[in-house]
Parts: sequence; structure tokens; C-alpha cells
Amino acid sequence: MIMKKISGACAFLEALRCEGVKHVFGYPGGAVLDIFDAILDAPDIEFILSRHEQGAVHAADGYARASGKVGVCLVTSGPGATNTVTGIATACMDSIPIVVFTGQVSTNLIGNDAFQEADIVGITRPCTKHNYLIKDVADLPRIVKEAFYIASTGRPGPVLVDIPKDVMKSLISFNSPDKVCLEGYSPTYRGHHGQVRRIVSTLLKSRRPVIYAGGGVVHSNASKELTDFARMMRIPVTTTLMGLGVFPAEDPLSLGMLGMHGTYAANMAITETDCLITVGARFDDRVTGKIDEFAPKAKIIHIDIDPTSISKNVQVDLPVVGDCRIVLKDMLGDLEAKTREIQDLRKNIEPWLSRIDTWKKDQPLRYEKSSAIKPQYVIEAIDEIAPDDTIVATEVGQNQMWTAQFYKFSRPRLFLTSGGLGTMGYGFPAAIGAQVAFPGRTVIDIAGDGSIQMNIQELATVVQYNLPVKVMILNNGFLGMVRQWQSLFYKGRYSHTALTISPDFVKLAEAYGAHGLRAREPSEVKDVITEALRIKGPVFVDFVVEPEEDVYPMVPAGAPINNMLLV
Amino acid sequence: MRHAISVLVDNEAGVLSRVVGLFSGRGFNIESLSVAPTLDPTKSKMVITTDGNDQVIEQIKKQLNKLINVIKVVDYVGKDFVEREMILVKVNARAETRAEALRVADIFRARVVDVSPFSYTLALTGDKDKLQAFVDLLSPMGIIDFIRTGAIIMEREMHGRRKSEE
Ligand SMILES: Cc1ncc(C[n+]2csc(CCOP(=O)(O)OP(=O)(O)O)c2C)c(N)n1
Repeated sequence: MIMKKISGACAFLEALRCEGVKHVFGYPGGAVLDIFDAILDAPDIEFILSRHEQGAVHAADGYARASGKVGVCLVTSGPGATNTVTGIATACMDSIPIVVFTGQVSTNLIGNDAFQEADIVGITRPCTKHNYLIKDVADLPRIVKEAFYIASTGRPGPVLVDIPKDVMKSLISFNSPDKVCLEGYSPTYRGHHGQVRRIVSTLLKSRRPVIYAGGGVVHSNASKELTDFARMMRIPVTTTLMGLGVFPAEDPLSLGMLGMHGTYAANMAITETDCLITVGARFDDRVTGKIDEFAPKAKIIHIDIDPTSISKNVQVDLPVVGDCRIVLKDMLGDLEAKTREIQDLRKNIEPWLSRIDTWKKDQPLRYEKSSAIKPQYVIEAIDEIAPDDTIVATEVGQNQMWTAQFYKFSRPRLFLTSGGLGTMGYGFPAAIGAQVAFPGRTVIDIAGDGSIQMNIQELATVVQYNLPVKVMILNNGFLGMVRQWQSLFYKGRYSHTALTISPDFVKLAEAYGAHGLRAREPSEVKDVITEALRIKGPVFVDFVVEPEEDVYPMVPAGAPINNMLLV
Repeated sequence: MRHAISVLVDNEAGVLSRVVGLFSGRGFNIESLSVAPTLDPTKSKMVITTDGNDQVIEQIKKQLNKLINVIKVVDYVGKDFVEREMILVKVNARAETRAEALRVADIFRARVVDVSPFSYTLALTGDKDKLQAFVDLLSPMGIIDFIRTGAIIMEREMHGRRKSEE
């Protein structure tokens, strides 16, 4: 059969179709004109024009986190490409599957400091899972396939593919390879069975076990297995910021988040546990505090798909490399024949559970009421009013920590936040991505007045595509989290953390053609939230909150996590 | 402890930079590095000598394995292997040291690869310790310049039988 030859640009779109891509976020420019021209004839692939390339990458990331599918982004060379770097690094730190396509100058110009040339493959090498420069159009179908495969398998992550302009113009008879063949890449999914059995027997002998679950449980879709496992054994569960939602927050066994702004009960439980079952988490310094005093009494079990995560920060007693879901299933299988031992464990755990209950009762998450709007109250009110399947993105800072503490997530993929990199400006575009993935659901970005200004240009995007994202700004007039550190650790010397000038967010939203609402009194909070959710289109809500509220508990940087500053 | 690690990689642009970037980005040390294509020209082999405690070496090996273009990582510590580096030394060879320089070269079986009225350039291969001893003996005569390669390494076959029959 003689195949018709098509351009590299058309082959690119064909390769996206082979991966089932329906949405692409991005921004055009000279080096990608050929692909943008071809997109006009591809009505099956919806293109969403952001107003800054950073916004496009975060949107692809939010799309991926909310849906579990690979997010796709397409930008031009040079400045378009360099503008994606923060978004790529954000996705890399949180193991989010996205593929970023960048235009590049023609192959004969590469290395010549050509107009809008940037060595984006070199620049993003340390912040991608892998990246490619396509030098020959014949390699395009294979490379695109590999890019999606690498992004979405094993420990997921961002992949960048750089496509020179002449490659887009060259002709090719398109042929997608049936399978990917990468000699140096084969993630381990099934955990070592002997090790799984050792874990089960260690755990059955414990008296004070705790599960510490992270984002890996989200990526491997292991929330159900984890929940079944914890409930069957009656083991309390604490999660990382990335793991919020993998275990229902309202379950009596839930301890909430651990770490720097974790709950008292979670941090105490870690300090006292004799058996820490780590599932898809990586002992980040914001979680462990002083590393030598993290879980000092525990045998540490670690289930993770990434061998480099194991014994990187904390020496692990029982590691198993594998997919969290598969390993948990194996553990559940191994436990089937052990009803007696499970009964014993459940009995033995009683005193531990009552100790934990005491911690929960003595030191619950709390805040003092005042005549001003308390930011924590806004979060609680949103949680109360918004539908159960609402997707909540956050910016970074206090707004993020209060959401993590006070919003009760019942399942995974409802909470989108930049955990590892802590990228201000992430939440709004991420919410856009989630809204594109789920047009019918409520999507909220909980923001600070600082962070929201980092990608505020995306207001135009939500208005253009009528994406009804609700942005709830906790407006405290400060870069609140940094101010909090200055207040606690720099003698209250507020150096450049007061935002003395900010736009009127209501008028600003209106100027873009969105809705703007404001609440100044606690009594207005619920009505304003209800109104925002009722409005069909995008809304900015300006909550004028207590200016100097702090996030508690707080573990000072470098202190052990049972050393908490409380309200 | 010093470790010699061989890394089999895809022979394509940018791979060396991925490996080296990994070391610098994570604060690992590279003492020496050599790299060239293998019998199979689509692959290259690197030999990296590095230093670190067990935990660091373990991380280095895992991180290398995590790179998509890395096919195989072998740590030679605990294995029976041959190791070679090469050195070129330009040593002062005026009247009083001329004979002595040659004597040292002879003892080490180094070769004279260039001669001038004032100097010899000597070439020597061997393991790290032998090369160091050579340099130490020459230095009183006045070393004008020297250059050294990274280590290359190969596992030994067992005497009388092949390793695979062990
Ligand atoms: C891009 C970026 N720059 C700087 C920081 C450092 N930083 C962390 S939190 C924060 C303050 C955030 O202020 P705001 O968005 O108003 O939120 P708040 O803490 O007041 O809720 C800053 C500047 C960051 N995380 N990201």
C-alpha cells in the first residue's frame, strides 16, 4: 500500500490522536506556525489559548491531576519555551504526567544564536523526566509515542519534545509504532513477594502502627485499596499535602496532614509509632522536620515505585519497590488467610487508638473568632457549600495550608496544589485545566492576593472559553506566609511583604468581562460563596480577611515534628 | 570509599550531559570520567570514578539507573577487575637529571614519546596507584606538565573457566 505523505506538522497531530489527546493548552509563535496552521483543520483537538505560556503548562498540569490523563501543552521556541520552565519544574516535583511540545529554530540554525533560539532541551534536562529534540521527521511518531509513555508510566513526570521548524515542514508517510521499546526504561510494578510478606508480618506484630500516604497513592489509583486496608486493620492514616483525599478526611481513622503545618495528632502519632507504613511518599523535609527525630521509635516500611526515593532521606527497614496499588492488593491478598492475626491486631491497637483520640480532642485544628473574616472560616464555608465533587486548586502560602487543613477532602483528584516546588501562580491556571477536563463540575481556586497576581492574565482565558472557575481570594494585604515567618523568626521586621498596592479585584474581574464579588463581614461570607457558585460564568471573590492571621500548628524549620507551635 | 562505576548508555547527543548534570545537580563528586562507543556502536560506555559512603553510592547508582538513556550500571567494588589509566608527563631532563629520568621510566616501563634537549615526555599506563608513584618519583626532577586520562575498567575472566560457570 502506498501511503500518502503528510507534513511533520500534520504527523504531529496524527501522533496526538494516536494518544487519544482531546485538549491542547498553549500559545503560538513563529517556530510553531506550521502546527498552528494544521490545528485549524483538526476540529477533534480542542486548543485552549492561555495568556502566558506558564499558564498553559499549569493548565495542562491541572488537567492531568484532575483527570489522570496526560496533559498536553504546545508553545513556540525561545521565550515561549523558557516561559514553560516553572510549569515543567512544578510538574516534575509533584510527578505529574504532562508532555510539553516546543517549537525550535530549523535544524541548520541550531547553535547559531538564531532568532528566538533557546536550548530548551538543555535548560529543562534537570526538571523533566526525559526530553527530546526531534532532528528527523522520521523519528516523530516514535518520539511522541515514547514521550506519552514515559510521562504516564512508572513514577509519572513531565516530558518535553522540541520540534524544529524544518521538521514540521518535512514530509513523512505516517506510521505509528505499535509499541514502545526503551532498553533503559522498565519500571517495576509488582513488588517483591517475600518482602510483601515480611511487611505484613511486621505490621501484624506492631502495637502502634500508622500509615503515611502520599501522592503516589493518587498516581497509582490506590485510594480504594488503601482505605480498605486501613479500615480492615484499623490503622490510622496521615497523608502528605499531595496525598490529601486518598483517605476520607471525615473517617475516624484519619489524622489529617502531617509535617510543618500538620495536625497535632498526626505529628505526635509519627513520633510515637512503632511501625510506619509509608505508601507513595518521599520523606520531604517539610514532612519530616529534623530528620534524625522523625519516627524515632518505628520500623519504617516504604512502598514506592521509584527506587531513588527509598532510603534517600530516611533509612528504611523494609522497602518494597512497586506500584502502590499492586503492592497493597498483594498485602490484602496475603492478609486474607490471617483473620485471627487481624483480630489480634485490632485488639492490640485499642490503647493506641484511644491515645490518638486524646491528641485529637486536646489539640484539634482551631482558630479564634473575631469581628474580621477569618480565612479559615472562609475555607470551612466553601467546604460546606460547594458540591461534593468540587475540584479545589490553591495558590501557595497560607491560603494553601489553610485549605489543606480545613477543607475535608473525601477522595483523590479533588485537590490541586503545587507541593514540591511551591509555585505561586499555579492554582488559577491549574483550575482552568481541571475545568476543561470537567466542564460540568464546580472548580474553585483558593488564592492569596499575592499569588493570584502571578497569573492573573488568565482571566482573559476563562472569559474567552466561558470556563466558570471561581477564584476565592483570601485578601490579607500581605504575602502572608512570608510575613508569618518574618513575624515569628525575624523579630517582626516586615521586609517587603506588605502588598500596599493591589488592584480592586472586583473591578479587575469586571474589566475582563468576568464577575466580581466582595465580602467584608463574616456574616456575608456564606451568601457571597453561594452567589458565586450560582453564577454561570467565571467569578472572582474578594474576601477581605484578618490581615495578620498565622497558620498553626507550625513546626519551625529544622525542628523535630513533635515540636509544634500551637495557636 | 572510591568506587569505579561503569555506565552503559545510548550513544546519542546529550546523554553525557544528562549523566554529568545528574552528578553536579545532586552534589555527587566525579573524580574521573572516560567515555567512548562500545563494540555495539549504538551504545557508549562511561567509567566514572567517584567517592562517597554507601548511602551516597547507592543513590548515585539508583539515580543513574533512573535516566532513560542509561541501560546498565555496574559498580566494580567487590569484583575482580583490571583498571588502567594513562598519563603523559613532560619532565625536566637537563644534564644532571637526564639519565635519572630515563632510569625511572625504565623501572616503570614507561615509553619516551618525545625528546628535546631539555625534556622528555613519558607515557605510562597503569592503575591509579602506579601512576601516582611514577609522578612522585619524577617530581624532584621538575615536572613541566602532565595530563592524565580517566580510568577504564574491565572485569577479569576467572582462571581456567569462564565467569558464567562460577
Ligand atoms: C513564584 C514564587 N515566588 C515566591 C515564593 C515565596 N512565597 C511563598 S508563600 C509567599 C506569599 C504568598 O502570598 P499570598 O499569595 O498573598 O498568600 P498568603 O500566604 O497571604 O495566603 C511567597 C512570596 C513562592 N512560593 N513562589
